[in-house]
Formats: sequence, structure tokens, C-alpha cells
Amino acid sequence: MSELLQFTFSGLTVGAVYALVALGFTIIYNASGVVNFAQGEFVMLGGMITVFAHAAGAPLPAAAALAVVATAAIGILLNKLAIERARGASVVTLIIITIGASIFLRGAAQLGFDKQLHRFPSFSGDDPIAIAGATILPQSLWMLFGAAVVFAALYLFFTRSLTGKAVLATANNKLAAQLVGIDTDFVMALSFGLSAAIGALAGVLATPITLTSYDAGTALALKGFAAAMLGGMGNPFGALVGGLLVGLIEATTAGYLSSDYKDAAAFVVILAVLFAMPQGLFGKSAQERV
Amino acid sequence: MRPLFAKPISAKQATLLVLLLLIAVAPAFFPSNFYYRVGTLIFINGLAVTGLVVLIGYAGQISLGHAGFAGLGAYACALGPVHLGLPPALSLVLGAVLSGLLAWLVGRPILRLKGHYLAIATLGFGVLVSMVLANEAWLTGGPDGMAVADLGLRGLLKSAGIKVGNAELWYWLAGLILLAGAWLALNLKDSPSGRALRSLHDSEVAARTVGVDVARYKLSAFVISAVYASVSGSLLALTNRFVTPDIANFLHSIELVTMTVLGGAGTVIGAATGALLLTALPQVLTALQEYEHIVFGLIMMLVMIFLPDGLLPSLHRLLRRRVS
Amino acid sequence: MKKSILLSWTAAAALAVGLAGPADAEIKIGSTLAVTGGASFLGDPEARTLKMLVDEVNAAGGVNGEKLELVQYDDGGDPNKARTFATRLVEDDEVVAVIGGSTTGATMAMIPVFEEAKIPFISLAGAVVIIDPVKKWVFKTPHTDRMACGKIFEDIRKRGLSKVGLISGSGGFGKSMRQQCLDVAGSAGVEIVADETYGPDDADMTPQLTKIKNAAGVQAILNADFGQGPAIVTRNVRQLGIALPLYQSHGVASKSFIELAGEAAEGVRLPASALLVADKLPDSDPQKAVVVGYKAAYEKATGEPVSTFGGHAYDAFQMLVAAMKKAGSSEPAAVRDAIEQTRGFMGTAGVVNMSATDHLGLDLTAFRMLEIRKGDWTLVE
Repeated sequence: MSELLQFTFSGLTVGAVYALVALGFTIIYNASGVVNFAQGEFVMLGGMITVFAHAAGAPLPAAAALAVVATAAIGILLNKLAIERARGASVVTLIIITIGASIFLRGAAQLGFDKQLHRFPSFSGDDPIAIAGATILPQSLWMLFGAAVVFAALYLFFTRSLTGKAVLATANNKLAAQLVGIDTDFVMALSFGLSAAIGALAGVLATPITLTSYDAGTALALKGFAAAMLGGMGNPFGALVGGLLVGLIEATTAGYLSSDYKDAAAFVVILAVLFAMPQGLFGKSAQERV
Repeated sequence: MRPLFAKPISAKQATLLVLLLLIAVAPAFFPSNFYYRVGTLIFINGLAVTGLVVLIGYAGQISLGHAGFAGLGAYACALGPVHLGLPPALSLVLGAVLSGLLAWLVGRPILRLKGHYLAIATLGFGVLVSMVLANEAWLTGGPDGMAVADLGLRGLLKSAGIKVGNAELWYWLAGLILLAGAWLALNLKDSPSGRALRSLHDSEVAARTVGVDVARYKLSAFVISAVYASVSGSLLALTNRFVTPDIANFLHSIELVTMTVLGGAGTVIGAATGALLLTALPQVLTALQEYEHIVFGLIMMLVMIFLPDGLLPSLHRLLRRRVS
Repeated sequence: MKKSILLSWTAAAALAVGLAGPADAEIKIGSTLAVTGGASFLGDPEARTLKMLVDEVNAAGGVNGEKLELVQYDDGGDPNKARTFATRLVEDDEVVAVIGGSTTGATMAMIPVFEEAKIPFISLAGAVVIIDPVKKWVFKTPHTDRMACGKIFEDIRKRGLSKVGLISGSGGFGKSMRQQCLDVAGSAGVEIVADETYGPDDADMTPQLTKIKNAAGVQAILNADFGQGPAIVTRNVRQLGIALPLYQSHGVASKSFIELAGEAAEGVRLPASALLVADKLPDSDPQKAVVVGYKAAYEKATGEPVSTFGGHAYDAFQMLVAAMKKAGSSEPAAVRDAIEQTRGFMGTAGVVNMSATDHLGLDLTAFRMLEIRKGDWTLVE
């Protein structure tokens, strides 16, 4: 029993990381249909900027805030200097641009920071909380809390706010959105800024547990992407559930079956779900327009 | 007798001619054997990318898992000679057959997915393959890899009285196989099946309406591209005489797709250009040392921003506009 | 149509030009290392060490009256890239010897190139397969993973323990060391009662450690891996309140491990070279001068704490230079023979005695058992 509980805590810890990364994908995807391959680099930047600002003497909350703001600015710049310039290009072309951006940001981080692994202190210390024979770190609760808050904010943004609806309208039909007076350039800039900020927040929350380095983004993006697809791309609820689910599958597979194939188990489940539900668990089905 | 240049040659003939000329003439400018190695890698990548032109360029489907097939081809060449006593060349064929079969099996359910869902499903497939290769160390040697038997072609040529350096031999062999692969892909494009495939690219619904068996054609494009990737993986393993599971890594899959799109996914020659650019560029950029990755990422972005249809089609259009 | 295709091809091909020939130099030494990528914490200090040493030797007048030139590439730990750079070093740069291959995969991929070209090659990677069986042109400087297992098991037996729970990374280093530990466990009188693995990017290993904790009779935990995994495992062991002795491998022998694992690192033991405890060695220790000298020079040149990985490059370079001096030439075959005749060489890893049947030349005595106390390395007596 305490074993299962420990596996669950582990799954929730790792799942919260995946969920936070997956949530970052949703806005850019919703606005443009592009899966942003540089999302993992936003997470890395969130962690690395916090590490270096903290090491330079900034208190942790200030360093974290700086990291989120700076990464959001980098996201907006990426949109302004690259995505916006490629106006009218196909989705595949835009995706390759984000791959280029991810290589670029990784190279820049390697130069601007260093190649070492880093970590900064957990927000509420490292003393584990014991529940029924299993333990969880306070930082894991911070991550779960963060994921829940980001989810709620995104949910309200897309369903209640006019701007959120403008984002969805832009994705749906850019020309029509422009015709009804939506500033689609602004919507795109906003999406990149918000996605980058969410990514950076993920990095800030996760680094005390996952550690970070200039090349930490690739692996995080892969798992976050997988989690987002499992839940249904573009749906914040799907991202949250998908992330936690992937984490739980990995932890229980490692605990009960084989730690060698725990990543495989996650992908097998994803494949099985997609075969049964081609839009993911909570994705909306799209019909091809003729 | 038909005069040689009576009518303008077709795009297919032009493509093959350009490829042939480049492969044949380039060595005249090679200062050392190392350039044969880079050429060989370009051709091997070019072969996998040609397969992806069939899948991405003709049929409009995406795959982020083709490195998995390259891994199968590579390990077929590593394991075939050891465990089955097969000569390496036959192992290559065996790998291609296995890859084709596996693609046929997994392709059926996977290809029902669209867009990003297809991307993640193929990515998942590739991850599974690379995981098996890394984990089953008793068979594959694990993450540190295993040695691969010599193809034996050089010895064969030697006994026939032809002496050729290893690097040169691989250059010509890979070049020839790329030419053959390009020829097959180009023939496919102009065939009725190729036209059916390309109708999928524009609209599946429309293709279905005019009676194209959409599922079957998608599957055949997937199988064909898997065979190309497998042969490319086999060649890489044979020329390196060593293989590790890195070959099936999802980053390799993404690299192949990037080559295809960067050069111009619609045409064989465009994709070959992508393979050339992304294979040669890192060798050129070593001079920049720690700035290498920044510049590499920057070039990728710039090419896609200013030449959004891919390097070759966009350049082509620019030049044609200037000529006319 | 045809003309414009040709034109655009030329334009594209023009980008490939610039693979320009290198400048002439006296003695060229090649190196390809994982300066970036997952193994960069190995390759980076190795690369910095080589640059520093080449400058040092040239400032002192070079070797045999000739200056050295270092041609260095970054293979990112990718065996295919390493293979290409190996070809480039041999064919294009025409180096006389090569140091490098931070990882076993990259090293194994390069070996056929150097064997065929008859160029001496000193690898900086860990696995025993590199030098066993012996290959004529291939040497290596770091202790093997097999030796690390032996040293750790020896210490476990000294504590009167024998039942070990093994948790290893699924990357090349962890996988190879896991196999070696399983192989030598029996003869060392140790029983492996749990055998768990985790991936290179994993962030939480509590499920695996819970299984080890619940394994019958387990008395000690051994973690075979390098990089971030060991730091997380160490933290997780503390989180779960497991009170068993924890052993790490020689793959974590850098200061950053202590920083990353924090308080959880207290009491962790690992086998490593004397480099990490250079200041604490008694003056009578014959290795002291070498390790103190390299540590001071490295930390001054780079501003970063020394790690044993840079030490591997130091040993390789010094052995190579000594061999060139001894041979009185930089001709590859003569240099190879001289490297093989290395006797009593004092490096950061210990005393090296090469022979035709041993291209490593280190024994277990060179390994020290260290324990982390109060955030610093201490020698276990």
C-alpha cells in the first residue's frame, strides 16, 4: 500500500513537470496550429536565468520573476523576428523555424551561461512530507499547485476573455479574424509571450527537482509534447491530465514492471489511446475543409 | 535517328543528370579523402530524405519516427552476419524487407491519424525502436553499440584487379545507390500511383471523391519511405563499421525531416539539397567553435524565413523570375 | 528550367565550400570530444585541459624543438559525428596522434579509422571494451568501470556487508558499469539483491529506490551513472529515509555533484583518483606533486573547480608528449611504440605501466575511496 502511494507521489511529481511543459504548448498551438519545438528551451531559460540571477545575488522570488519576464520577452522577440517575417508560410515551415530557434537558444545558453548542471534551493526546503509510509517533497506540491493555477488561468482565458476568444478565432480562420477587427499580429505576439512565460514558470518550479542545464530543454519538450498529444493538443485540461497521466504510467511501470521500459510504456499507452481516439483524450475533432 | 536535344528534356531527366554530374565531377575538387567521407554521408542522408519526399512531398504525410527504420536497417547489417551468417549485403536486403513489413504493420493504424497526432504516433514508434536497441544489450551491445562486418566489396574488387581506396569506394557506392533511389522516386512521381499520391497531398477528401483508395496509397508511401530509411541506415552502419542506438534517436528523425523541408519537400533534387546543406554545414561551422550551434540555428531560421518553400524551390523561383 | 536548376544548385553548393584546408604547423595533435551534449561535463574540462597544456608546452619551446598544434572538434558524444571527425583528423588535418572520445560509443566508432590509418589514439572513455581485447593503436587513461566495481565491492566487504542493491542509468556509462559489476560481484563475495535502472533524463527515482529498499536483506546501494541521475538518486535516497550506505561511481567525481545533491551527499562514498583530495594528501604521497600542480594550473586557467575528467586528458597528453620526446620524433609508429613502453608514469589517475598486453596500465591501488563529509571530499582510511 505504501508502495503504491510512493509510486503515485513519484508519478505526480514527474507528471506535474510534464503537465507544466504541455500547458506551455497550448497557446501557440491554439493561435497558429504550430507545435513550438523551442518550448523546451523556454523551460530551460526559466531555470537557467533564475539560477544565474540568484547566484548574482538576487533573492529567489525576484530571480524567478526576472526569469519569467525575460523569457516572455524572448518569446515575443522570436515571434517578431522570425515567425512574423515568415508570414504566409506553411505550418511545416513554421515548425522548422521553431526547431532552428531551439538550436539557436541552446547555443546561446551554452555561451551566455555555461555547460554545467544547476539547481537552486527548493521554495519550502527539502524535508519530505510523510503520508502513510510514503514521502513527497514540498517542491512537488508547489509544482502541482503551479500546474493547477496555470490550467485554471488558461481555461478562463480561452472561455471567458475576449482576447482568449480572439486567439482561438485567429487559429480557426486568420482572414476572418482580421475581417472582424482582430489584430492578429498582436494575438500572435501575445501567444508567444504567454507560452514562453508559462514555459519559464515550469522551469522555475521544476528546477529544484529536475536540475537544469543548457540542453535540458529537448527531453522536457519531447515528454511535454507527448503529454499534450495524449490529452488532446490545444486543450488545457488535456495538457494537465495528459501530463499527470504520463507521469503516473512511468512511475507505476518502473515500480511494478520494468524500469528499463517505463518510457516505452508511456508511448505504448499514447499509441493505444490515439488508435482509439485519434484526437487524444480531450481533443476536438477537426474536419478537413474541402 | 533522334537528335539528342530535339526536345527539351523532362524534369526527371534533368534531375538525374544534375545529380549524376555533381556526383561525378565533385571529386575533382576534393583536396583529401575526408571529402569523400562527407560526400558519402550526404548521399546516405540524401537517400533517406528521398524516401521522405515520397511520404511528405508526394503524399503529404509526416513522420518523426523514420530514424527507427534507419536503426532497423543498421542493426540488420550488424546482427545478420553474426547471428544468421548472412553476408552484409544480404543483411541490408533483409533489413529493408523487415522495415517494409513493420511499416506495413504499424502504418495501418498510425496513418489513420492526421497532422500532429500522426507526428507523435510515428515519434512514439521511433522511440520504442531506439529503446529496444539500447535496452537489449545481450543482442545489440546496448548504448555503447556494436561493430559491423565489412561489406567485402573492396576485397572483391581487389581480387578482380581493381584497387580503390575505402573512402572513394563508399563515395561511389553511396552515390550510385542515391541515383538509383532518386530514379525510382522520380518514376513513381510520374506514374498513375504517383499522381494518386500527390492528390492526397492537396486534399484527402477530394482524392477519395474521385475514387483514390486513400488508405492504401498512404500506406504504400509509408512503406516505401521506410525501405529508403532502412537502406540508408544499413549503408551508414556498413561504412562506419560500427553502430550505436543513436541512429534510431528521435533527433535523427527530426534531422531527416528538417533536411527534407529545408531543401524543398516537393522534389527529389530539393531534398537532396537539404541533405547536402545540413550534412556539410556542421563541418564548415567547426571553424566557429563555440558559436557553431548559434549560427547553425540561425541559418535554419533564415532559410525558412526567406525561402519558405525550401531552399531549392524558392531559389528556383527567384532565378526564373530574373531570367524571364 | 534546366538552366535555373543548375544555377540554384550552384548557389546551394557554394554554401558547402569553405571546408578550407588548415594552416601548416609543426606537430599536429588531434582531438574530438563531447564538448557539448549530454556528456559535456566530461568533454568540456577535457577540452579546456588540452588547450591549456598545449599552450604551456609551446610557451616552453615545444616538443623536440617543434611547436604543437591542437586540432579540436566537438562531436557532442555522437558516435557518427565522432567517426566523421576521426576521418577528418586523419585525412584532412593529417595529425600524428589523437586524444579523445569522451564517451565509449564515440571511441568505439573511431577505433577502425585510427587502426586503419595507423595513428596512435588515446581514449578518455571509461569502458573496459576499449582496451580489452588490446588493439595495436588504441590506449586509454581513465580507470575502467570494471575496476570501479572492484574497488567499491572491496570497500563494502571491508564494512562487513555483502548484499547490494544496484541502480544504474540506462545510458552507455551506466549500462556498461552495471554489466561489469554483475560480472565481478560473485568473485568479490557480493550478492546483487536488486537491479534497477532509470533513463538519462529522469527526474524522480523513488519508485526504483522503493523497490530496492524493500528488497530482502539489502545492506548497501550502488548507483552506476554519471550526470544528473546520481544527484537525483542521492536526493531521493534521503527523501525516502533510506539509511543504507550509498556508493556512487567514479562518474560523479566533480564538485558539482556535491552542490547538486546538497545535504543528501553526506556520507556518500565513491572511488576516484587522488585529484579530488590533492590538498589533503600527505606530503609523502608520490602522487601529490602531480595532482596539486594540475589542480592549481587548471583552476587558475579556467576559474572552475577541477574534476577527474580533465585529469584523464592531462594524463593522456603528458604520456603522449613523453612518448614523443622518448621517440625523438613525432612519427606515428614511433610514438605508438613509445606510448606502449610507458613505465612508472605518474598521472592524476595513478602510476601507469603500459605493456603490449595492457594499454591502460593502471591497477586498483591508484583508485582512492573517498567519502563526502561536510560538503567536501575526504579520504577513507
